[in-house]
Amino acid sequence: MAKTAEKTEKNLKFTKEQYLHWYESMLLMRRFEERTGQLYTMQKIKGFCHLYNGQEAIVAGTVSATKKTDKHITAYRDHVHPIALGLHPKYVMAELYAKITGCSKGKGGSMHIFSKEHNFVGGHGIVGGQIPLGAGIAFAEKYLGTNNLCVCSMGDGAVRQGALHEAFNMAMNWKLPVIFIIENNHYAMGTSVERTSNVHDLWKIGLAYDMPAKPVDGMTVEAVHEAIEEAAARARRGDGPTLLEMKTYRYRGHSMSDPQTYRSKDEVEEYKHQDPIDKVLDTLKKHKWITDAEIEKIEAKIKTIVEESVQFAEESPYPAPEELYHDVYVQQDYPFIKE
Amino acid sequence: MKTVEFREALREAMSEEMRRDETILLMGEEVAEYNGAYKVSKGMLAEFGSKRVIDTPIAELGFAGIAVGASMNGLRPIVEFMTFNFSLVAIDQVINSAAKMYSMSGGQYSCPIVFRGPTASAGQLGAQHSQAFENWYANCPGLKVVVPSNPYDAKGLLKTAIRDNDPVIFMESEQMYGDKAEIPEGEYSIPIGLADIKKQGNQVSIATFGKITKVVLKAAEELEKEGISAEVIDLRSVRPIDYETIINSVKKTNRLVIVEEAWPLASISSEITYMVQKNAFDYLDAPIRRITAADVPLPYAPTLIEVSLPNVARTIQAVKEVMYQ
Ligand SMILES: Cc1ncc(C[n+]2csc(CCOP(=O)(O)OP(=O)(O)O)c2C)c(N)n1
Ligand SMILES: [Mg+2]
Repeated sequence: MAKTAEKTEKNLKFTKEQYLHWYESMLLMRRFEERTGQLYTMQKIKGFCHLYNGQEAIVAGTVSATKKTDKHITAYRDHVHPIALGLHPKYVMAELYAKITGCSKGKGGSMHIFSKEHNFVGGHGIVGGQIPLGAGIAFAEKYLGTNNLCVCSMGDGAVRQGALHEAFNMAMNWKLPVIFIIENNHYAMGTSVERTSNVHDLWKIGLAYDMPAKPVDGMTVEAVHEAIEEAAARARRGDGPTLLEMKTYRYRGHSMSDPQTYRSKDEVEEYKHQDPIDKVLDTLKKHKWITDAEIEKIEAKIKTIVEESVQFAEESPYPAPEELYHDVYVQQDYPFIKE
Repeated sequence: MKTVEFREALREAMSEEMRRDETILLMGEEVAEYNGAYKVSKGMLAEFGSKRVIDTPIAELGFAGIAVGASMNGLRPIVEFMTFNFSLVAIDQVINSAAKMYSMSGGQYSCPIVFRGPTASAGQLGAQHSQAFENWYANCPGLKVVVPSNPYDAKGLLKTAIRDNDPVIFMESEQMYGDKAEIPEGEYSIPIGLADIKKQGNQVSIATFGKITKVVLKAAEELEKEGISAEVIDLRSVRPIDYETIINSVKKTNRLVIVEEAWPLASISSEITYMVQKNAFDYLDAPIRRITAADVPLPYAPTLIEVSLPNVARTIQAVKEVMYQ
């Protein structure tokens, strides 16, 4: 009896298909980033490279709770966002490889992944720079009367930028359809949240602007989905922005060149016990919604997608030198200084 | 003499000055507990403590402004920008406050402050992390802009910058921090505003500064093998610019090539070209040539970086062109 009741209760909110989708989507993010890390070590990928491992539930729950026509913008930890939105990972891998077939034609790189087709508006390297941009994208949606919204993500370090405060104030005053997500993974490079401010509950920053705000368990995809769903309804009603502080953790270093002396191995291990992908898998298993054979099949499928992506990137050409002056101006015959 | 890395030379300059003067402090992102994003300030927190080696939030506008305010009221801050790309967030306080304060207040409030950090490209870092800012800051009266090219100059110039009573922009490069050179055991300083002839020559002058000096020296070495004697002038500061040294060199060689990593329009090379044609027109045997970065945001792909930045081959080619070879 009790068991049936529990199952029904769970089923009320999310279906088996939803869990399976989350599982696949998050596992793809994880495997893609693991491979990216390896390829970086092999110097196939250059520059700065920031991996998303540990934070997958945030993107997965955000995508499942928003519409395809909504816009998404984030900072430089951006490889997997467009993948979750439907972009084939091979275009991201090719971008990381700096190939012309990459989603930004090999001109952007790891920190500047864009996919207009999938409403992913980047990919931004200046900490906090995307916060006003996200509000501006929402401004345009409101102005054009689309009923779409913008999801604007930032790190815990980015909230200390002045741009946040100016953008928050206007977003709230003008009731812009934007959801601000703080991905609080506890560190900005080597600096913990506690060392940068007296305000450690980052969601409270919203209170200064009367912006609806709350903390969310960012390691649990259901919690993320529900919080985004509520915020999205608010935005679409015309009631303006929401600030969600997603408590999460990055398993890897800040970038690929971070010795991580500021935290203990135990701390990292502790978070790995709350792994967002394991949690979804546990739920699937508990309800007998997945068999071991199916798990293996999903793993194999994802492995193939990732390897296909690597192969695509390997085989694609670099941008030819003539590409240099393309895509700088919309104007085709802009007179560059060439000497 | 002793051999030090560029980053150690900078650290020695800051540490020696901080030992000498209690009002000097270092402020920036990751400068203290993390020992510096590029390990320039390694060990400085341990020596000077958290009162004087201060980690900031990622809030460039705020901490740059706080440092300028402190400089107006008895302190001599050194502000580290993790890179100068991020100084754009703070540029209002650098230009509108630090640079203009002494003039606006009729000489009442000076800003003895140093803003330092790496400038320009450092590999495949993409458009937002690759800009060269020397000419941007050099355009602004009230500032001095120092761009050293080796560890020896870096230490001597940084010490002078810290002692300077005007605001100084001090630009380094991620690609130089590991460069090694011999420097004296004891203290020394180098005045701001004097160019340094890094290689003597008599057939062509090449003016440059900062990281690109290495490229130019390499080109000069290659040219020497082909029997072309190039004089390499390292400006060391781009505000003020030591026009006299350049002009004297041009009077000797009658040819000038300028190499820098900034974009071409309104660059340091445009400025030098104007001054040289005005003051040494009759000495020139060929039009002045320059090599800059391509007139585009620096892309990520190595093939495009290759055709964007100044390099040895382009320098040699420009030299040969001014020599009609
Ligand atoms: C304006 C600016 N300042 C400094 C940097 C260098 N930087 C890049 S990422 C980073 C830390 C950001 O941490 P957080 O916002 O918590 O995001 P996370 O990396 O944890 O996702 C810093 C200081 C930058 N890119 N832009
Ligand atoms: Mg963080």
